[in-house]
Amino acid sequence: MTELSKSGAAVGEPTPASPAPTAFLEVRDLKVHFPTDDGLVKSVDGLSFQLEKGKTLGIVGESGSGKSVTSLGIMGLHTAGQYGKRKAQISGEIWLDGTELLSADPDHVRKLRGREMAMIFQDPLSALHPYYTIGQQIVEAYRIHHDVDKKTAKRRAVEMLDRVGIPQPDKRVDSYPHEFSGGMRQRAMIAMSLVNNPELLIADEPTTALDVTVQAQILDLIRDLQKEFGSAVIVITHDLGVVAELADDILVMYGGRCVERGPADKVFYEPRHPYTWGLLGSMPRLDRDQQERLIPVKGSPPSLINIPSGCAFNPRCPYADLPKDNVTRTVRPELSEVGSRHWAACHLGAEQRERIWTEEIAPKL
Amino acid sequence: MSDDEKAVKIPAQADGPTEQGATLTEDAAPGEVLLKVTGLQKHFPIKKGLLQRQVGAVHAVDGIDFEVRSGETLGVVGESGCGKSTMGRLITRLLEPTAGKIEFQGKDITHLGVSGMRPLRRDVQMIFQDPYSSLNPRHTIGTIVGAPFKLQGVEPEGGIKKEVQRLLSVVGLNPEHYNRYPHEFSGGQRQRIGIARALALNPRLVVADEPVSALDVSIQAQVVNLLDDLQQELGLTYVIIAHDLSVVRHVSDRIAVMYLGKIVELADRDLLYKSPMHPYTKALMSAVPIPDPRRKNAKSERILLKGDVPSPISPPSGCRFHTRCWKATEVCKTTEPPLIELRPGQQVACHHPENFADQAPQDTVLLTVAKEAAELVADEVLAESAETSAALAAEVAETASEPTASTEAEAEADEAAESAEAVEPAEPAKVEVAEPVEPVTPAKAEAAEAAVAEAAEAAGAAESAKAAKGESAESAESAASAEATDAAGSEGQESNGK
Repeated sequence: MTELSKSGAAVGEPTPASPAPTAFLEVRDLKVHFPTDDGLVKSVDGLSFQLEKGKTLGIVGESGSGKSVTSLGIMGLHTAGQYGKRKAQISGEIWLDGTELLSADPDHVRKLRGREMAMIFQDPLSALHPYYTIGQQIVEAYRIHHDVDKKTAKRRAVEMLDRVGIPQPDKRVDSYPHEFSGGMRQRAMIAMSLVNNPELLIADEPTTALDVTVQAQILDLIRDLQKEFGSAVIVITHDLGVVAELADDILVMYGGRCVERGPADKVFYEPRHPYTWGLLGSMPRLDRDQQERLIPVKGSPPSLINIPSGCAFNPRCPYADLPKDNVTRTVRPELSEVGSRHWAACHLGAEQRERIWTEEIAPKL
Repeated sequence: MSDDEKAVKIPAQADGPTEQGATLTEDAAPGEVLLKVTGLQKHFPIKKGLLQRQVGAVHAVDGIDFEVRSGETLGVVGESGCGKSTMGRLITRLLEPTAGKIEFQGKDITHLGVSGMRPLRRDVQMIFQDPYSSLNPRHTIGTIVGAPFKLQGVEPEGGIKKEVQRLLSVVGLNPEHYNRYPHEFSGGQRQRIGIARALALNPRLVVADEPVSALDVSIQAQVVNLLDDLQQELGLTYVIIAHDLSVVRHVSDRIAVMYLGKIVELADRDLLYKSPMHPYTKALMSAVPIPDPRRKNAKSERILLKGDVPSPISPPSGCRFHTRCWKATEVCKTTEPPLIELRPGQQVACHHPENFADQAPQDTVLLTVAKEAAELVADEVLAESAETSAALAAEVAETASEPTASTEAEAEADEAAESAEAVEPAEPAKVEVAEPVEPVTPAKAEAAEAAVAEAAEAAGAAESAKAAKGESAESAESAASAEATDAAGSEGQESNGK
């Protein structure tokens, strides 16, 4: 408990001792560590955020930054010793609609999973079972949570397939996953995850495996469905274009931690963390004039076993030497408020960052 | 600023020597044709049954023509399954073409065998997509990067080891890592190893198949910059195949857009991105999510395509895009549009191009599929495109009528310049011409319709004139309009340069 208060207090959230969060989903100081032969992999190392109903949170980061581990952690899919004999070590709190999930009874979480919270996975071909028809899989998901006969459930499945835009849903309901194209499989999976009207939908790289034209269709679909169902959505992606399309709030992860969090507008137009600057500079953009050169982040992402001491980003940060006393290499920066509902974890002074962004970085983008 | 300079410079490069058939010198100077592909096809047979009889074929690449000029970067984009990777493997001759011709530096390499290709392998190298599977895990970096020297029997000055270490430092790796194995490197570093291997023999042409798509954003930028630097230092020619339109735009001078085994549009980068002509190109570009939250709800600009790409086993008749196109008419279903140069530096295969005069104005009845597709396209987009093509139709009608009147291309210089200003590619002009009443049909406002009729008439006139000369009517029709715009366009560039 003493550990937990650290980042919680810095973010200005209620201390974990007061267990009645107002937000629909609140994650407090989530840590997910995996013991391996080489050492402890700290995939998520102190992550906190809130999400309201009807809103979308975009989690952005490179591979290995802990995005997917976070989402699996929320769904409660890390426990049962999936990683050999050794279990993942999870600490922190996850509050979903007034219930704390990590300390809750696994059977209770099981009831919530699928009904209250559902997930769309990255690769629909491996997430769908090849042996059962699309219809059978949707019916199963529905009947676990609803006491209805097969006929009603199948009607519901057809209805959902129709809603996600699959042509001839009454025929396609009896198709197998391999008979669907990539875009249709992703639609089928969205239908399956929405069949129980979940309040929280987690989309883990929902469009990474798809072509741009299909991606546009799926993004539109997710947006429309969210409006219709009013659910809270977490979109996990490495594509800043996708988050800009969908998210109200953005959380930038690096080395298992949140380095910047705020409204989408702020994160794109007034980013206050050098890593966010790096992401924005690395990306060629279609909506601007041709950039002369991209501004990449030097080096490569850190190993999660040996996260650099101090600020995890310091070996790649061009401004690591600016703060005094080598503080970037010794002290881990906490999130601090840099604007309304906008936090960043950096040792540089807020004014200093504002100056660097407006004078050095923004003109080059 | 510098963007303008580039816009001028690149078409100039594209204008380079056009006598493609002529013998080329051994060392292609910048701007000369390095690789020429004509009618290239690759069909993969589908065999079934006990006797393995061929029951069909996947038309992966189905007749494409293009050139790669020395020193330039040709980007190839398209969705998965459009045949872009097959194309890359054909031009590096890792696959045997079914039909067509590939010429490298004037030499026909279409059906060369393994030994015949070997000397050419020095000049054509490939960078692969997946940096994990393209490096042998049991070989050290030194062996991997040094392999080309051994295979080609080349003894570099100072020995292979020294040369390999030099290459490693060129691509930004530590030369002391010579003895390490691939698993000790990260994805970005492995891709650099792949690049070092491709550069070992000092190739002329490097074909990169999705060189950055397996990498993280921040690493992707490093590799893109590296490719850029190497091109400048070593004068490399690239063919970069990718599905990411923003990356392709960043690296390419010219871009080919592929759909179902065909090139639908091939144009200079700036022309393509500022005024795409093929509806598919337009849809593809509008589908790219823009990293700008303020435009989040600007859904109106997006063109959603209906359904999925048809199967390449039995591609649609006529224009292959007609099953998903919102402008498709009867002619699209029956006649395949040829890839023709509608504007200098922009080749398009479409009967009803965007941002340009309609190529089949007499055909105005939309197919039912097109009507369905059009429902997915916002009215604003349709209105705008109707407007621009109406305006352009009017201008082209004007310019087309002039050359036919005064014996073809000998149009008056100042007149041409005048019209050149009008046809100025960058700004397809929202001239006051037409207020589109019915945005859905390509039949525009009255003024535009009249202009279209005029254009048809002019073309018809040219046709009959040519027919009298005993030339084929078909070529005449396209020639009349193409030449007119051609003359106008080049004039425009000149005055631009001043």
